[in-house]
Amino acid sequence: MVAATGPHGQSVKKIPALTPTVLLAAGLLLYPLVFSGPFYLDIGVTFLLAAISASAWNIVGGYAGQVSVGHAMFFGLGAYSPLLCYTLFGWAPIAGIPFGIAFSIALAVLIGIPTFRLTGHYFSMATIAVAELIRIYFGTWDLVGAAIGLQGPATARGWWDLTFRSELPYYYIFLAVLAILLCLTSMIERRRFGYYLRAIKAGERAARSLGVSVQQTKIRALALSAAFTSVAGSLYSVKTGFVDPESGFGILVSVQMVIIAALGGAGRLYGPLLGALILIPLQSATNTWFGGGGSGLTFILYGGIIVLIARYEPGGVFELWENVAPRIWRRKHAA
Amino acid sequence: MLLVQVIVGGLLLGAIYALFSSGLTLIWGMMNFINFAHGEFVMLGMYVTLLVVVWLGGGPATFGFAAAFTLFVLGVVVYLSLIRYVLRGPMLAQILSTFGLALLLRYTAFWVFSANFVSLPQTSLSGTINIGGVLMPVPQLVAGLIAIVLTVSLHLMLTRTAVGSQLLAVAEDRSAAMLMGIRPDRMQALAWGLSAGAAGIAGALMAIAYPWSPSVGETFGLTAFVVVALGGFGSVPGALFAGLIIGLIQALSAFWFGPIYKDIVVYALFVALLWLRPQGLMGKA
Repeated sequence: MVAATGPHGQSVKKIPALTPTVLLAAGLLLYPLVFSGPFYLDIGVTFLLAAISASAWNIVGGYAGQVSVGHAMFFGLGAYSPLLCYTLFGWAPIAGIPFGIAFSIALAVLIGIPTFRLTGHYFSMATIAVAELIRIYFGTWDLVGAAIGLQGPATARGWWDLTFRSELPYYYIFLAVLAILLCLTSMIERRRFGYYLRAIKAGERAARSLGVSVQQTKIRALALSAAFTSVAGSLYSVKTGFVDPESGFGILVSVQMVIIAALGGAGRLYGPLLGALILIPLQSATNTWFGGGGSGLTFILYGGIIVLIARYEPGGVFELWENVAPRIWRRKHAA
Repeated sequence: MLLVQVIVGGLLLGAIYALFSSGLTLIWGMMNFINFAHGEFVMLGMYVTLLVVVWLGGGPATFGFAAAFTLFVLGVVVYLSLIRYVLRGPMLAQILSTFGLALLLRYTAFWVFSANFVSLPQTSLSGTINIGGVLMPVPQLVAGLIAIVLTVSLHLMLTRTAVGSQLLAVAEDRSAAMLMGIRPDRMQALAWGLSAGAAGIAGALMAIAYPWSPSVGETFGLTAFVVVALGGFGSVPGALFAGLIIGLIQALSAFWFGPIYKDIVVYALFVALLWLRPQGLMGKA
């Protein structure tokens, strides 16, 4: 290994790349032991769920650069499937998770095939229109509880119902899913598929001329992203034991995924985590400050943050840090 | 007779759809850019109308002009402060910019005006007239006819005037237009002004005839996408015909299946279009 050197030729001790990952994993594993109160545990669980859905969005929206603003459709399908299986057949809710994944992948392919031939704006428009279509339709469909929605088992019939009074088991289940998703994403990053995705994002025509099957790669990315978004939705409904059209398919579900990924850094492994780390406590704080009527103000804040990211730093906080940190470092060492 | 009434009502609403959708299609045609906040511009036009009527007591000519002018200015400001910077940025920035703007405007409107439905107080336009047994409310009739006239004038302005030619020249080839002494930046700002102004005046017309709440922006925005997708991206005549068709389809599906299905049918039509004819009725492939 070549010794790394700083900008002025001085030798710098190279930090193994694994260190941040180890620190992050340790921090997330130990969090419930340090902050064991129900309030902090609830924030932790909300953070993990937001990080899972935003990381799932990141695969197609970040790495492949195909900006979906309707990912709630996959989240909602995932959220409805477990409770629908419980309501119709009396199954344990988790048995419905595979159905949610299957429906989401089918829907992803159905949307991907026609829209990915066209420009990126068209894909974004289609995602928001389809999400709204499904939301309105579920609100009128009696099988899925129409506007009232569906409920899960009130009391656990056994451990397999995954209905716990404490939030702690959910915390570690969500953490395990997040770990699987991030491992998969980091594997993709280093493989041919990941290079294809970034090539498509950088320039579709150039990627195609180098022999990347653009259409197929984008559809695969969307299907993978949809599958994990669906799992996030299932986890949400299994935990809360309730879903209605707004909490499953509402536009704000999609907005949260986009804003969290973009705020941290779209197309980066830990971008969504950083975004969730900033936004979830902020959201919790605004809800506490403004009370129940504050949800409107929260969304004004969301809109403002999104506009600022787009205008000044589309790379998110990660890129901001990379641009600013060397300048600070240089100033400190110039003296 | 009832069916005829439904059809005429649908066409008149469709005419207003055509007017604000022609604003969306203009921006798409000029800079391959979709404005996710376009429906919110219509919504703001409606509230500007309400404020002018309540505070200043202006008549239809006054509030129509006020809504168009306010939104024209807003469109130019949005272009100069936000859009011109993201135009050449990554796709993520392009989509997030107007999407964030839409949220900002929508929820600010919720905060300021509350979520309740409002409608204009009685104006000089009221009552119904009977045309050969078909009962038509005067406000809808006037609003729909004005919308058609304005959409046609926008098309004529684009195709028959010097400013229109300059706009189309920038759309065709930015750098060639620059060599001809046209300033693309100024033209694009003008296009954003015209687009938002069309949305504003469409909002004023809509406010004459229908009640609304801050959430209408989202519905109108999606409706405009469908109209533009049906009519062909960048085509004002396409938007006019598609607007009328969408208005008609909405009215008929509300009449036959129930009001809750009118948006479902329209969005389903959009998904079908994606598969069958993505370039729209009058668009180029």
